[in-house]
Amino acid sequence: MKRFLAAALAVAVLCGSALAGTVKVGVIGPFSGPFALAGKNFKAGIDAYMALNGASVDGNDVEIVYRDLPQPDPAKSAALAQELVVKQGVQYLAGFYFTPNAMAAAALTEPGNVPMVIFNAATSSIVEKSPFVVRTSFTMWQNTLPMTKVAFERGMRRVATVVSDYGPGIDAENAFRTGFAQQGGAVVDSVRLPLSTTDFSAIMQRIKDSGADAVFAFLPSGPPTLGFVRASEENGLKAAGVTLLATGDLTQEPDLAAYGDSALGLLTTYHYSIAHDSPENLAFVAAGRAAIGNPGDLTFPAVGAFDGMHVIYAMIAATGGQKNASVAVDAVRGMAWTSPRGPVSIDPATRHITQNVYLREVAKAADGTYYNREIETFAQQGDPGLMAQ
Amino acid sequence: MLTILALGTDALAYAMALFIVCVGLSVTLGLMRIANLAHGAFAMIGGYAASHLTTDAGFGFLPALLVAILVTVAAALPIERFLYRRIYGAPQLTQVLMTIGMTFVIVGTVNFVFGPTLKSIVLPELLSGPVDIGFRSIAGHKLLAIGCGAVVALGLWVLFNHTRLGLCLRATVADAQMTGHLGVHTASINAVGFVLGVGLAALGGVVGAQLMPVEPYYALRYLMTFLVVVSMGGAGSIGGTLAACLLLATLSTFTQYMFPDFGDLFLYLAVILVVVAMPRGLLGWRRA
Repeated sequence: MKRFLAAALAVAVLCGSALAGTVKVGVIGPFSGPFALAGKNFKAGIDAYMALNGASVDGNDVEIVYRDLPQPDPAKSAALAQELVVKQGVQYLAGFYFTPNAMAAAALTEPGNVPMVIFNAATSSIVEKSPFVVRTSFTMWQNTLPMTKVAFERGMRRVATVVSDYGPGIDAENAFRTGFAQQGGAVVDSVRLPLSTTDFSAIMQRIKDSGADAVFAFLPSGPPTLGFVRASEENGLKAAGVTLLATGDLTQEPDLAAYGDSALGLLTTYHYSIAHDSPENLAFVAAGRAAIGNPGDLTFPAVGAFDGMHVIYAMIAATGGQKNASVAVDAVRGMAWTSPRGPVSIDPATRHITQNVYLREVAKAADGTYYNREIETFAQQGDPGLMAQ
Repeated sequence: MLTILALGTDALAYAMALFIVCVGLSVTLGLMRIANLAHGAFAMIGGYAASHLTTDAGFGFLPALLVAILVTVAAALPIERFLYRRIYGAPQLTQVLMTIGMTFVIVGTVNFVFGPTLKSIVLPELLSGPVDIGFRSIAGHKLLAIGCGAVVALGLWVLFNHTRLGLCLRATVADAQMTGHLGVHTASINAVGFVLGVGLAALGGVVGAQLMPVEPYYALRYLMTFLVVVSMGGAGSIGGTLAACLLLATLSTFTQYMFPDFGDLFLYLAVILVVVAMPRGLLGWRRA
């Protein structure tokens, strides 16, 4: 089997040159199922980038091949990645909403000679799985550490953490514990919940009973975050004197309307808000909203995909449309540009994106819609997660 | 003490939401001897219909609830006439294969029509906001679930034990041939039982939507839970189903409070224990 795989990949490598003129990019993401919104945003980010920058690089037409992977399923992810590389002859793998899927596919990048650009999956260690992985999203450490400063500065000393029990959740918990201890605060309770949890009433009761004056939460955007924020309100967390702090995953833009006024003032730290005030972002949001159909659906995975396409275009330009993963990846090390989210660069050593992280609060616009208002900037954050290991 | 009371009300709300859906399954399984794995799919149709009506068509919650139940029943009637009638009394493997296949078809169709995203049902202010009930604040929709569950339990008990229709239903189950000879149109009685089950599924799908969110794989995601409840409660037993729901919901709420890291471990341990110790269901000994 292994030999067959190697042979198949070798054939694929040889075929790469025969396909000059068209560069295929294989995008794996959740295009159906509970997390389909993220997949829609991947597609919107890609479409927006291609609408603004054209569908070819130096005469090489860029073709996107989508593959649907609704949930964390490493075996299926590896199978899809292999199919894309071997059968479809893609030169680049991209997308990946969930860490386990990114991890599984990363193993194929070296034998397949394909760079992999991660649009979302946020566990720090993914970039270590292969030298051909580049990430344009964020990591849990990157977005969580600034929140520990915010919590301490605002007088919170006893905090409980609630996370989903999988890679990024554990990263978020560790990041908060480490950062908050350095600030001088104490984490009084740490809860890890199964990803499938939808009813959070008992957890809210546990937080109230723990005597914490704040709770820091991370769950992946989708059904869980909606349920969590609602439950915090229904069970009177605020009334019990417990402040809810979170990463921006809990206040992704499409969910804000469902929260309504109850979420006003909710503090989150994150790398991107649709409401970021810059000409680059205005252009991106206009193109993204046109691409996604329902304007309210546009949120953070789209900007990961948009910047991911920027990186892939630079790679295609550097290799002249030929298949050469190491040249492609080396070309983007240290690359800096102005993204819709602000100034960013690819860290030459970690291949992860260095970016501003913003403290935001949920606010209501004049037209009655809700948005994440950026109120403080933590400039040029790297990935502290890799340094912490 | 307050904590126990607070958790108890949460458990009660979850139990009742679960009960409304599961008792429908219990009715079809116990009364009609149909292993109806498509039950969750009918609940899902109800949920999607209500979501569509409240978000896109501007219906209020109550009219949307009623229309959703009607739509689900209307969709189920031809399915009963043309598919289920062929498998009454068929071996259970046949029933399981047909109904699970139907589940996939319904899941696919619903996703095709409504899009593969999480759906929310718009609630009126009264139901969406927290309500202060003295010792804690609780969401209005949970109180609704508790109320509906109680009404359904009482209503079914009266229907089965104190009405002529209930008598016919029970008689048809006990001996369809003999009941037919006595002048009861058993095919209609079966249809009535089926409609009752489907209607309850739709009601549960809508009322319980805040606790079991309406999402593209609803029918499969909660199928396991529904089957567990029915096997613990004993098929066809209203009291047993209620007891199983209460037990499961209490266990799941309290273990989530005390040992959140363990997930559903204790739940499944309890199921194994009950099924081993009481194979006829929680209240099965009474009917033995």
